[in-house]
Amino acid sequence: MNPGRSWAIMLRQFYLMRGSLSRVLPLFIWAAVDIVLWGFITRYLDAVSSASFTFVPVFLGAVLLWDFFIRVMQGVTMAFFEDVWSRNFLNIFATPLSLPEYLGGLVITGIATSAIGLLAMVALATTVFGLSFLMYGLLLIPFILVLFLFGIALGILASAMVLRLGPAAEWFVWPIPALISPFAGVFYPISTLPQWMQVISHLLPPSYIFESIRAIVSGGAASGMGLLWGGCLAVLYILAACWAFARVYRHAVRTGLIARYSAESVS
Amino acid sequence: MQHVLSVKNLCKTYGGKIAVDKVSFKVSQNEIVGLLGPNGAGKTTTINMILGVLEPNAGTITIEGHDIATQRPAALERTNFAAVYAPLPGNLTVCQNLRIFGLLYGVKNLSARISALLGEFNLGEFRDKKCGVLSSGEQTRVCLAKAMLNNPHLLLLDEPTASLDPAVAKDIRARIREFAAKGTAGVLWASHNMYEVEEVCDRVLFIASGKILLQGDPKTLPRRHGKKTLEELFIAVAREPLTLEGEFP
Repeated sequence: MNPGRSWAIMLRQFYLMRGSLSRVLPLFIWAAVDIVLWGFITRYLDAVSSASFTFVPVFLGAVLLWDFFIRVMQGVTMAFFEDVWSRNFLNIFATPLSLPEYLGGLVITGIATSAIGLLAMVALATTVFGLSFLMYGLLLIPFILVLFLFGIALGILASAMVLRLGPAAEWFVWPIPALISPFAGVFYPISTLPQWMQVISHLLPPSYIFESIRAIVSGGAASGMGLLWGGCLAVLYILAACWAFARVYRHAVRTGLIARYSAESVS
Repeated sequence: MQHVLSVKNLCKTYGGKIAVDKVSFKVSQNEIVGLLGPNGAGKTTTINMILGVLEPNAGTITIEGHDIATQRPAALERTNFAAVYAPLPGNLTVCQNLRIFGLLYGVKNLSARISALLGEFNLGEFRDKKCGVLSSGEQTRVCLAKAMLNNPHLLLLDEPTASLDPAVAKDIRARIREFAAKGTAGVLWASHNMYEVEEVCDRVLFIASGKILLQGDPKTLPRRHGKKTLEELFIAVAREPLTLEGEFP
């Protein structure tokens, strides 16, 4: 493993972003819109409800962390899509770059871009709507870590899907977070869901984070076992996603798809 | 003479169609080998297998003793390529592309190497221009500069001068000949330009229907087969490959 090669993948993304407003703005613009929207919704709910807790850390904190998860996933897939859009697979994979180095580069890119988005969101939520992450205490670290790991796993899996199905499959990637969110219990307790949805929720690492947030805000304690299980699941999904990407890559090398990617299939 | 590339019994089928059929050849140090054949003959498939982006059904490829199947990074560190169908990303500048690929190939003293190549390929004025806005000839020169970044011991070229004007093409041919003569590199050069092949290559391999049908010195090979020019021989190979099958052991 040569870290310089992973760095090259990250550097490419930096070069592209440095000269392109259309790549920089999406890092935080949609997240900022979400923060503003949910910031006012929570203010309104605080004003009209007689709940014993404030809605800001429940909803706004949840929205912020959910948007962070989306940024991580998209950070990975966007770096991958740059190779799709510029038809660069032949050049990239004819170098000594190994698959772990390539995926490592995508992950580093995901870390960097999501960190920018997170900082912007935290600044907005704190200054404008008074959200304080101090309320979560040190548990904020596992919250962010688990969401980050799951975002990486989904980003790699989504990239594998596009590599297998061709550039047009990009369309499948964007709605993935929206499809997951009802099961992840971002805005409501998992117990609200019907039984079959709860089964799926328990397989999703973010659901343990949002359950913990609600527990803390209502004066209870987060489930240490739940967070640990969520973390283990996220690591498992990363391994599974890397395995899937490697399988798809091997298929693409065997069939010649890497060299003829724009054709979408070699049949 | 040491071999930089050794290809043995290489086979590739797509579905039921045979693209490359038991192809074997070697490229030695300081040697430029031309890979000739009609469209669909198996030239690009062979090059893609040597580059490790296409897995053969059978056979072995070793680059300076490193098997591409089992020692891929070591084999590809010594290799580079330029192909008319693989332009560098158009949304990055010349310098950015060279830096990224330099890092991927693990080039030492990268900044100095980039400056030297920009000068060598007359790309200095385009260093901060995006590759996508360059003319096709300028893009080809950038691809060739990329191909030289790691001082490859094996250089694969697929129609490298296809979009260059005659003056630049001549200059590039001279540069690649000098590159092969000076160091320890071997070059595999796929082309349809018979004049170019005759001028540059020490040896040519004629490939048709996935098989190597003929090989030899491009200057003497046509006469050996009753043809006046390499182009005549090419046309004969393209039209009647079956009559030549079995001539190459």
